[in-house]
Amino acid sequence: MDLDEAKEFKERCTQCAAVSWGLTDEGKYYCTSCHNVTERSKEVVNTGAIPNTKIQAINRGLKRKRKLEKGWDWYVCEGFQHILYQQAEALKTLGVGPELKNEVLHNFWKRYLQKSKQAYCKNPVYTSKRKAPVLEDNPSHSDWDSEPELLSDFSCPSFVESGAESQPDVHTQKPFPIIKASQSETASICSGSVDGVEYSLRKEKGIVKMTVPRTLAFCCLALLWQRETITLSDLLSTACQEGPCPHLGSEPANPRPPRSGIFVEEDHIPYINAFQHFPEEMKLYGRDKGIFAIESWPNYEDIYKKMIEIATFLDLPRFPDITEDCYLHPNMLCLKYLMEVNLPDEMHNLTCQVVKMTGIGEVDFLTFDPIAKMAKTAKYDVQAVAVIVVVLKLLFLLDDNLEWSLSNIAEKYNEKNKEDKPWFDFRKWYQVMKKSLDEKKQKWEETRAKYLWKSEKPLYHSSIDKSVVCKRREMVVNLQKQFSTLVDSTPTIGKKSPSSFQFNWTEEDPDRTCFHGHSLQGVLTKKGQSLTTKNSLYWLSTQKFCRSYCKHVTTYEESNFSLSYQFIINLFSFLLRIKTSFLHEEVSLIEKRLFKTKYSKTKKKSSRSRKVRKY
Amino acid sequence: MSDFSEELIKSTTEDDQGERCELSGTGMHFPWLQKHIETVATGGKKEKDFAQTTSACLSFIQEALLKHQWQQAAEYMHSYLQVLEDSDSCKRQAAPEIIWKLGSEILYYHPKSNVEAFNAFADRMKNIGVMNYLKISLQHALYLLHHGMLEDANRNLSQAETWRYGEKSSSQEVLINLIQAYKGLLQYYAWSKKKMELSQLDKDDYAYNTASQNMLDHSWKTSVNLGALIQIPGVWDPFVKSYVEMLEFYGDQDGAREVLTNYAYDEKFPSNPNAHIYLYNFLKREKAPREKLISVLKILYQIVPSHKLMLEFHRLLRKSEKEEHHKLGLEVLFAVLDFAGCTKNITAWKYLAKYLRQTLMGSHLAWVQEEWSSRKNWWPGFHFSYFWAKSDWKEDKALACEKALVAGVLSGKGCRYFRYISKQDHQVFRKKIKRMKKLVKKYSIINPGL
Repeated sequence: MDLDEAKEFKERCTQCAAVSWGLTDEGKYYCTSCHNVTERSKEVVNTGAIPNTKIQAINRGLKRKRKLEKGWDWYVCEGFQHILYQQAEALKTLGVGPELKNEVLHNFWKRYLQKSKQAYCKNPVYTSKRKAPVLEDNPSHSDWDSEPELLSDFSCPSFVESGAESQPDVHTQKPFPIIKASQSETASICSGSVDGVEYSLRKEKGIVKMTVPRTLAFCCLALLWQRETITLSDLLSTACQEGPCPHLGSEPANPRPPRSGIFVEEDHIPYINAFQHFPEEMKLYGRDKGIFAIESWPNYEDIYKKMIEIATFLDLPRFPDITEDCYLHPNMLCLKYLMEVNLPDEMHNLTCQVVKMTGIGEVDFLTFDPIAKMAKTAKYDVQAVAVIVVVLKLLFLLDDNLEWSLSNIAEKYNEKNKEDKPWFDFRKWYQVMKKSLDEKKQKWEETRAKYLWKSEKPLYHSSIDKSVVCKRREMVVNLQKQFSTLVDSTPTIGKKSPSSFQFNWTEEDPDRTCFHGHSLQGVLTKKGQSLTTKNSLYWLSTQKFCRSYCKHVTTYEESNFSLSYQFIINLFSFLLRIKTSFLHEEVSLIEKRLFKTKYSKTKKKSSRSRKVRKY
Repeated sequence: MSDFSEELIKSTTEDDQGERCELSGTGMHFPWLQKHIETVATGGKKEKDFAQTTSACLSFIQEALLKHQWQQAAEYMHSYLQVLEDSDSCKRQAAPEIIWKLGSEILYYHPKSNVEAFNAFADRMKNIGVMNYLKISLQHALYLLHHGMLEDANRNLSQAETWRYGEKSSSQEVLINLIQAYKGLLQYYAWSKKKMELSQLDKDDYAYNTASQNMLDHSWKTSVNLGALIQIPGVWDPFVKSYVEMLEFYGDQDGAREVLTNYAYDEKFPSNPNAHIYLYNFLKREKAPREKLISVLKILYQIVPSHKLMLEFHRLLRKSEKEEHHKLGLEVLFAVLDFAGCTKNITAWKYLAKYLRQTLMGSHLAWVQEEWSSRKNWWPGFHFSYFWAKSDWKEDKALACEKALVAGVLSGKGCRYFRYISKQDHQVFRKKIKRMKKLVKKYSIINPGL
């Protein structure tokens, strides 16, 4: 099919005498003008993409097969180390301090290797056959520097180079070279890494095995330790749509200021296909595929669980305190999310009140302590958003009725008093938000549908299907080329620089009206010295919490709730890219703290509790 | 593209599992059920996001195609192609066909697309897997035919014809036959062009001999190509027609008759009105006995009672000596006029008016009553309304007169249509209307005593 490749064949066609040859899939020449296929076939030089493996095998025998597997000896944990390294680098370019990589993450990782008995210990698990003798050769070394080839310098991917070049004798001196040889024989169907097969078979109790999603949990733990301005949902949306990552290896000229926002989703942190940035010599195939290939986006709940799991496994001490001036404190996050969803700044006052009353702003509540009896950390972002939902319920009740009548009042007031600070009109806000949300969602769905999952480096199970996989890859690339010529020539919007906000609000554009400066006067009344919400009713998102062993505290059946509530929950869960039920649960938990007394009473009382709150 | 894929669907129902199952069954199709089944098949395991991407992408493409947004469709197609690398081998194997269908559709309509792009795409798709080679080759050839590139199409078909892959499954055999038949059709086209040329040549011309020899050559190849396909049950109208034409041209009447009879009467073949029409026309050319012609049209009457040949059928029946044929003649006319498309067919009305009179004169009132009893509820509204009377009179007075006569005979003098027409005063039609009134008075089946 490739005309360029056929150029060296210069004979005339026996049928039509033209000299215009193409290559068939079998590597034979065919005449492009009369489609006559010759018996002559091209001497295949490049090994990449010939479909017919049988022909290949006959042509080239075993020589090529060997070449294919050549590469450095590398361990699965080195692969993960490389991914972590890239992720840390990416975070650095996003403006996170260098200590995160050099100190925190580095230490966490060392600790992990030690705890999982892969390094920094006397008898590393399952590599012991190979490592133990080496260790004995160097008895002078302490535990911590006994594995220089594995972790000579974490902050640089040169660990691979040091493994293969500066320490070549470690491998050649090995007392069991036979193992290695036999391994490479069988490795053709096993794995590119030295221990890929063993690794995937390893099922020890009490050991947390490294996976690609767990790299994100590691990053998040390090961010939490550093009290960086990146929440889990920020991080995940950054990891979600990783493509070729541009940040690798090169330090950016101007490190950006610390920012939070949608990172992984916008290609800023390597996650999916992170392995394609491995050095050329680190060959991946066979079992490595199952270990490093990822076909799903990271999921908040899952990574959250993994964070706790890893922190407990690593036996980490109490994390640095989350105080009121930290970004992760609910007051700060509430402020951020209020701006993001275009709600009046005045609401911040109320969210602070709720935070105070529920006690979720306490240092002890917020600080992660893995050694504590019940290790759990606050879902900072989800919690902050849940507080906002509770405040909205306090103000507007969200029963599909009161919010609209309050809107009528605000609308009338605003019409009469055009000069004054406008009252917050829920209906108007809803209209603006609904439109923006729908647009954003649509765009999000479209980009998700267009997402390209497959790496440029195809992964295959064994050398036998390598050619098939490569051929397939090549086919897809060719077809993609063809269809991209049909797409509008205007380049698709390039990668956006990470921004802390997904929405943009301005006073000028009527579709993007900004409500930040609007006042809550219409919904609050003065009572003596303090302000009270005009609305004195409240309904609980969950009447009764689930006490069974199923682990979830409540369920969310959308249709049981008011449309306004559904909208609010949808809006916020889209913002954080989490499931609606997850947010609903968090709202219920906040309410449980806020209305502790009510909960003990509701067992007897009716469902709607009267609630007067003073501010 | 759709127009040729339909032909394929018709011919290859057996080999296509799954997506075409709705064709074979009751014709019902539940897309949601399909989805449900798919999730069950994975054992309730959560679908990977990769699968979500591809399925979302697929529905975006379908939507774009529906809205004729070729550009968008191409954009999504770019991403959808990764389904060829799906780790789920089931999906991966189903992918080429889907991609071919969607992609060829896009390339067929996209303003920036051209024949080269289509060719490149088809050639690529043919070689992904082996199952689609023939199907794509055929559709590729049809695309080329659409663009008038007969030679390229022919070359394509020849290539496909010689393609073999291990043991051919039965479905592939049908496809090979179909490919050969299309090749035959192309040869037929060349042949009939030659025939045209030949007809313009003088018999004494020295070129005549070579030309006719050429034609003979062609016909032989063609009959080989076409013959195999039309043995297989299916709807092969264009192939049968051209095959028969060639057979007839070379005087093989028996062969042609056999082919047509087989095509029309073999029970394995799907019911096909054209098969009977071809046979009828052939027999007519052959001057076959009336009895035989009637028997062919009788079947056509059962399949398509509104066919225009039915009037010819009526004439044949009228001329027949058998009484049952006479009765059938009346039935046929009524049946033709049951169809909205025939309401303005003046010949049909003329025949009916004449035949009603003839029948009633022959004192077969019962026949008329039998036909009328099932129609008296709706024909007056359907044919003989005041509205129709007015508009018919305005548009076609002769038709109005014929209809009025029928109306009067069937539903009496009180009929609105009849009344309206009989009140009209027109120089040319005065006589006719007068005659009509008289006839109605004489033959009306309503209160014949009066």
